Amino acid sequence: MSILVIAEHNNAQLNPATLNVVDAANKIGGDITILVAGENCAEVANQAASVAGISKVIVADDAAYGHQLAESVAPLVAEVGAAFDYILAAATTTGKNVLPRASALLDVQMISDIISVESGDTFKRPIYAGNVIATVKSIDAKKVMTVRTTAFDAAAAEGGSASIEAHGNVHAATNAEFAGEELAKSDRPELAAASIVVSGGRGMQNGDNFEMLYKVADKLGAAVGASRAAVDAGFVPNDMQVGQTGKIVAPDLYIAVGISGAIQHLAGMKDSKVIVAINKDEEAPIFSVADYGLVADLFDAVPEFESKI
Amino acid sequence: MKVLVAVKRVVDYNVKVRPKADGTNVELANVKMSINPFCEIAVEEAVRLKEKGTATEIVAVSMGAKPCQEQLRTALALGADRAIHVETDAELQPLTVAKMLKAIADEEKPDLIIMGKQSIDGDNNQTGQMLAALTGMPQGTFASEVAIADGSVSVTREIDGGLQTVKLSLPAVVTTDLRLNEPRYASLPNIMKAKRKPLDTKTPEDLGVNVEARVQLVGVEPPAQRSAGIKVADVDALVEKLKNEAKVI
Ligand SMILES: Cc1cc2nc3c(=O)[nH]c(=O)nc-3n(C[C@H](O)[C@H](O)[C@H](O)COP(=O)(O)OP(=O)(O)OC[C@H]3O[C@@H](n4cnc5c(N)ncnc54)[C@H](O)[C@@H]3O)c2cc1C
Ligand SMILES: Nc1ncnc2c1ncn2[C@@H]1O[C@H](COP(=O)(O)O)[C@@H](O)[C@H]1O
Repeated sequence: MSILVIAEHNNAQLNPATLNVVDAANKIGGDITILVAGENCAEVANQAASVAGISKVIVADDAAYGHQLAESVAPLVAEVGAAFDYILAAATTTGKNVLPRASALLDVQMISDIISVESGDTFKRPIYAGNVIATVKSIDAKKVMTVRTTAFDAAAAEGGSASIEAHGNVHAATNAEFAGEELAKSDRPELAAASIVVSGGRGMQNGDNFEMLYKVADKLGAAVGASRAAVDAGFVPNDMQVGQTGKIVAPDLYIAVGISGAIQHLAGMKDSKVIVAINKDEEAPIFSVADYGLVADLFDAVPEFESKI
Repeated sequence: MKVLVAVKRVVDYNVKVRPKADGTNVELANVKMSINPFCEIAVEEAVRLKEKGTATEIVAVSMGAKPCQEQLRTALALGADRAIHVETDAELQPLTVAKMLKAIADEEKPDLIIMGKQSIDGDNNQTGQMLAALTGMPQGTFASEVAIADGSVSVTREIDGGLQTVKLSLPAVVTTDLRLNEPRYASLPNIMKAKRKPLDTKTPEDLGVNVEARVQLVGVEPPAQRSAGIKVADVDALVEKLKNEAKVI
């Protein structure tokens, strides 16, 4: 079996999500190649070549791939992927944007968000906001899948010595261009990678009050997340939303503050190892998944918690 | 400018879906069905474009069994001008839906296609990207802002790192995220008016699309359950548990 893993990166650093995808590839078993599409991304290719268990890295280095536009990267993935039995990417916004487009170009019915490999053609994935786990079997000759990173371990970033090969043919989009970005800047760990996440919901009342959570997070080395309600209300930016249609996290510790625990929120965090809920409503559904529930007013409890950790 | 909007009938987002006892599929008997929330946002966006005078006609499309005409009627009540129902009882997958939408787009020649980023039943997040691939159109996925100007559309996209803006030439496919707009409710007079708006029916065969599933459902199961936790009396007890029992801080 030959497996193509699409690298997730920012042209400088290989995103750790790629290591989880490599773990899923290892579970399938076979010869693994990583495709790095980007601009001035030689360093990423080197990092990819060091990942344990990789036999080859293919680099497509061109201005056309600098911003991961699907109109450029998908035809590249389809071209390179034509020779592979499996094409895998992380279920990040980049993977979700590019891979379905490549899959359609290859006339393959893609499988989104796999959480386990049952056999070479059978996989598990959550549906209905994670209320149900489906086992699905692909009858396409080629399998194209995104991988839920929290469901797989990280392959070792070091120890490999794959060969690096340049891919010459460029697919430059003519109907789409990058026009700008506003990236969140933070010294705190990324939500997806953090081992502790502190999240706030509508109960926080406003953006300024999130300062309380940032203080807790900084003491614990944690990332800060939010519910949809907190994002919609403008307390915090969209990239902090945890849930069915936001980010999926599974840290060692998840602290939900002023979050009621709607199924769409639970879908994004209920695989966390330990869950703490702080909510003044003892009937709040978040308590049904919390290992430790504290019924309290968050405006008293959070500062006290911060002072005692 | 003509806008095509794809709307899907799904289990209402408030319903907690469970597997059937025999594990063959989810229990869908007597559950409330609605228009997929992301599709509702797609319809709203199209209607706002029409209100601004940018769009001249809105065509709503849905694929599935007979009852999805209810969701098409909702789209008509919200402001779509006409509807197309592709009727089939088959279990549809994103690539199949994308192929049918492509056949409809070839006929209708829309300038913009707006769809949801994700159906909340299958959680696929594929169809818009696939339709864009099949039609060769550019794609603006996970949109939180859409601005049309001179034959192009600027789409602000919600991405993991923050926001990204892309400029696409028309025709293009846009998929909606939650923050794009807040959908309105259909008024009673508009619901009445929608009953008289045109709704065409087609079959997958009319569109030349084979509906056979290439990903088969082997079975379903409930997710791993968490064991019941405890309530702690105060912050001291919480800190003590986290330090000494869970050992996570
Ligand atoms: C299509 C769709 C997709 C969605 N996707 C997501 C998603 O990805 N992520 C997500 O989170 N949601 C999502 N939602 C929204 C979800 O259904 C809920 O509306 C949302 O999670 C509620 O956020 P919340 O818990 O912050 O707010 P609320 O439900 O309003 O809860 C606020 C909580 O704060 C508590 N509280 C208030 N004041 C205090 C105080 N002083 N001290 C202590 N506690 C206090 C209250 O008791 C209450 O439990 C989605 C919904 C739809 C329809
Ligand atoms: N059966 C369908 N009928 C109409 N539109 C659909 C259908 N299935 C998917 N779509 C569209 O594709 C979007 C994404 O769906 P999915 O790829 O299944 O997550 C939905 O929000 C709809 O706009």
